[in-house]
Amino acid sequence: MPVISTTPSKSEIQRPVSNLFVLSSLLFALFLNGLPWEGIWLALRPDFVALVLLYWCTHNPWRIGIGLSWTVGILADVADASLFGQHALAYTLLAFGGVVLHRRLQMFDLRQQTIQVFGIFALTYASYALIHWQVNGFVVWQYFLGSLTSTLMWTPLSMMIQAMRHVRMDNDRRHHERRP
Amino acid sequence: MIDSTQSFRFFNRGPSPVVRLVFFAMLSLLLLFVDARYRYLESTRSALSVLLSPIQQLATYPGVLWHQAGNFFITQNAQHALMDENGELRLQHQNDAAQLSQFQALQLENQQIRKLYDLPQRNGFTTQLAEIVYTERDVFQRKVLVHKGASAKVEIGQVVMDDAGIVGQITRVYPGLSEVTLITEKDHAVPVQVLRNGLRTILFGSGDTSQLSLRYMPVGADIQNDDMLVTSGIDGIYPPGIPVAKVIKIERDAAYPFARVTCLPVGGVDKHRHLLILSAMDKLPERPAETAASNGDKRTKSKRKN
Repeated sequence: MPVISTTPSKSEIQRPVSNLFVLSSLLFALFLNGLPWEGIWLALRPDFVALVLLYWCTHNPWRIGIGLSWTVGILADVADASLFGQHALAYTLLAFGGVVLHRRLQMFDLRQQTIQVFGIFALTYASYALIHWQVNGFVVWQYFLGSLTSTLMWTPLSMMIQAMRHVRMDNDRRHHERRP
Repeated sequence: MIDSTQSFRFFNRGPSPVVRLVFFAMLSLLLLFVDARYRYLESTRSALSVLLSPIQQLATYPGVLWHQAGNFFITQNAQHALMDENGELRLQHQNDAAQLSQFQALQLENQQIRKLYDLPQRNGFTTQLAEIVYTERDVFQRKVLVHKGASAKVEIGQVVMDDAGIVGQITRVYPGLSEVTLITEKDHAVPVQVLRNGLRTILFGSGDTSQLSLRYMPVGADIQNDDMLVTSGIDGIYPPGIPVAKVIKIERDAAYPFARVTCLPVGGVDKHRHLLILSAMDKLPERPAETAASNGDKRTKSKRKN
């Protein structure tokens, strides 16, 4: 199996992630979304919050699921000054996709995962745009570029979070060994 | 999925994903409906925005640092460029000062004439400077947030301009921030007048580009390229006589009843970091109730004003 697999190798047992790590990753994603993106960069900006949520929903679905995604969506609505529930609905759908597909995704390697993930992002973006169209009566097509860039970010992001989890695990282990 | 829902449940993990999906989706739709239709949730929104503001503040730092780094290099490298700019500004200032004294004389004259004819006096307005802290967060919206809020007595509906012209209007007020909807926001309307001949019309934003358009202009209307559009002051929200836009293109097609007029904003709608918030105008007397006879004409135009 190549180095880039996200599924844990057989020898190690996946340890639970700490709540602090999940929370800080989500806050960091909100921070990245809040950077002053402008013009075409705003359209091309991957939705970091959606990416991180999807990662946790597929890798830890019994802890991080639809409820948390909805809450984060409400925060994103406030941060973006969009209507209450617009991001929340999109992220609810995203989390549902992640939770339902998590077994399938974990069997695939990252390249195959990317294709599956694109479907979920497309659904998320489409629901957001649909709501906007219903309320305001127009759609900006550039908005959908974001779903492509988000999909492209899936591989680097999964690898990064996975690497960070390994580092944390190693640190913990060293800590435990030193203590006795 | 069937597998996971119908197998034996040794551990209780709460309701199934489908149930949760339906619950949260309904909740979202309910919130959407309430927010879009009734706007009851503004206080919740401002409470949550206080919670989020540390992250938002933090997110502006890279931009500010970038700006400061740029400034640093300007002061190091291009001092004579700054001197040039200084000289230019001084020249500009002298020009403006001459025109200003003329303007003051005219203003006095205007006041006297208005008194003579028993017309209401034009009110002056005061301004307060505000800095843009966040730009639009969303491809669909053309809004910015500025660093003056309810604590600085900013109110919904106040007009925002820069040194050249109208930029937008305050549409939401938070404790320390307020949201400015730019005039290029889709369907945002400004009542304007053509400076050359006083023709009254309404200017609309187009949403995705930084252009504006005049709708419902008859094909025969007297309007030309490079015409300046200034606020008409009708409806008492925008003070009269402030430049808004310049006509850049007119398409007169006999197949359509209206001409398509495209304009560019005069103010730096997407440019500056500092904006002026104008004080609220005095309330006009209440519009008399519609009667069946006078129904029609301009009522539809003045519908979307805040």
